[in-house]
Amino acid sequence: MSRVRLLVGTRKGAFILEADGTRKRWSVRGPHFAGWQIFHLKGSPAEPDRLWAAQYADWYGQMIQRSDDGGRSWEPVGNAFAYAGEVGAHQSHDGTPRPWKFRRVWHLEPAPDDPQVVYAGAEDAALFRSTDGGRTWSEFPALRRCWGEAWQPGAGGLCLHTILLDPADPRWIRVAISAAGVFGTDDAGETWRPMNRGLVSAYLPDPQAEVGHCVHRLAMHPSRPEVLFMQKHWDVMRSDDGGKNWHEISGNLPSDFGFPIEVHAHEPETLYVVPIKADTERFPPEGKLRVYRSRSGGGEWEPLARGLPQEHCYVNVLRDAMAVDRLDPCGVYFGTTGGQLYASADGGETWQALLRDLPAVLSVEAQALP
Amino acid sequence: MIRVVLPAPLRELARVEGEIRLEVEAPVTQRAVLDALEARFPPLRGAIRDPGTGERRALVRFFACGKDLSHEPPDSSLPEAVASGEEPLVVVGAIAGGGLPAP
Repeated sequence: MSRVRLLVGTRKGAFILEADGTRKRWSVRGPHFAGWQIFHLKGSPAEPDRLWAAQYADWYGQMIQRSDDGGRSWEPVGNAFAYAGEVGAHQSHDGTPRPWKFRRVWHLEPAPDDPQVVYAGAEDAALFRSTDGGRTWSEFPALRRCWGEAWQPGAGGLCLHTILLDPADPRWIRVAISAAGVFGTDDAGETWRPMNRGLVSAYLPDPQAEVGHCVHRLAMHPSRPEVLFMQKHWDVMRSDDGGKNWHEISGNLPSDFGFPIEVHAHEPETLYVVPIKADTERFPPEGKLRVYRSRSGGGEWEPLARGLPQEHCYVNVLRDAMAVDRLDPCGVYFGTTGGQLYASADGGETWQALLRDLPAVLSVEAQALP
Repeated sequence: MIRVVLPAPLRELARVEGEIRLEVEAPVTQRAVLDALEARFPPLRGAIRDPGTGERRALVRFFACGKDLSHEPPDSSLPEAVASGEEPLVVVGAIAGGGLPAP
């Protein structure tokens, strides 16, 4: 691997950065889709120049864009996301029934081995898949039958925001929904079950309820799908059995609230989070932007602050706005709601701002290229 | 020949500049014009009307001949001046660039 490409989605367009393996000098292209919210961009692991983008505007709805040349040109593909079968209702914020309605796509997850296959996480929460390069989309309706009538949106909406795929087993999928929790299938989406045992959420009438937990993000190392990590709306959690049981690993973090969580590309027990003061502030504790790293799979955390602002910093880092590359040493990247894009080419030891004045960053992905 | 004016974001999406001219068979209705528009510019599918229900998006309106046609039934005839190409059908996006709460 000799090059890195960063895919950055913002509230007003997409940006694509590239650098060689030293990751010192970056070219910047964009904004693509200027003025539109780009919730997420991601490249196909099977064909890295095939990129997907979720493009949205409150006025004009959801578009899905595909590039086959690394983001130089884009083509709109299918954007008809229809819920399958009886639509039914989830709960509104006040607990009254609210019929499922498609609003937008939060996350696109290309299949590891087939460039024609891509999954989409939607609001209102549902999982869709295209097997024809994005032309058509089909829902996994059994997911919504898994306690769906009890799902309730977080303030950001009832969004399916995380999709984990096992490169070795296409039947295995884990998804996370705010504010419903984690759900899993081991039979390619035919049946699903809630996977929230061990989560404790004080804001719920039953803190250990089967569903209702505000999971902010899941992460796993692709070689080890049985070990999952979670940043919850309070609490950083770990599962060693593919999501069946969870235990807390917040340890000495200054705040166990946050949005993103990532796993080092080559060290499956090395994790990254960005603690945020909650519940109403949603900015870094003490105005100091610090990534925290655990090299022991959680529990013990160290701050990584060299190159990051250590005074008067009141930005947030959203759930999809952190990524690692697969170079050695591992690169770590994140974007902020203040429009800064930070990069570390040494596993988080030191940071530099690649860009300082983007629109609010919604998502960051990193691709290692030959 | 029917004339259609799109807001800038949709012109960009459709990759067109200026006014669009479409052949639409009579009767010239809102639905017939939008069907022809989406057939010629597939990226516009879903951007003006919900792709599932076909309903006009909440922040999009239709105007022609100085009148708001947004709430006219989609199968009622458009004004003769639009059908003859004398006046354009104008698709308007609500003013605001800074973002809105999701509808």
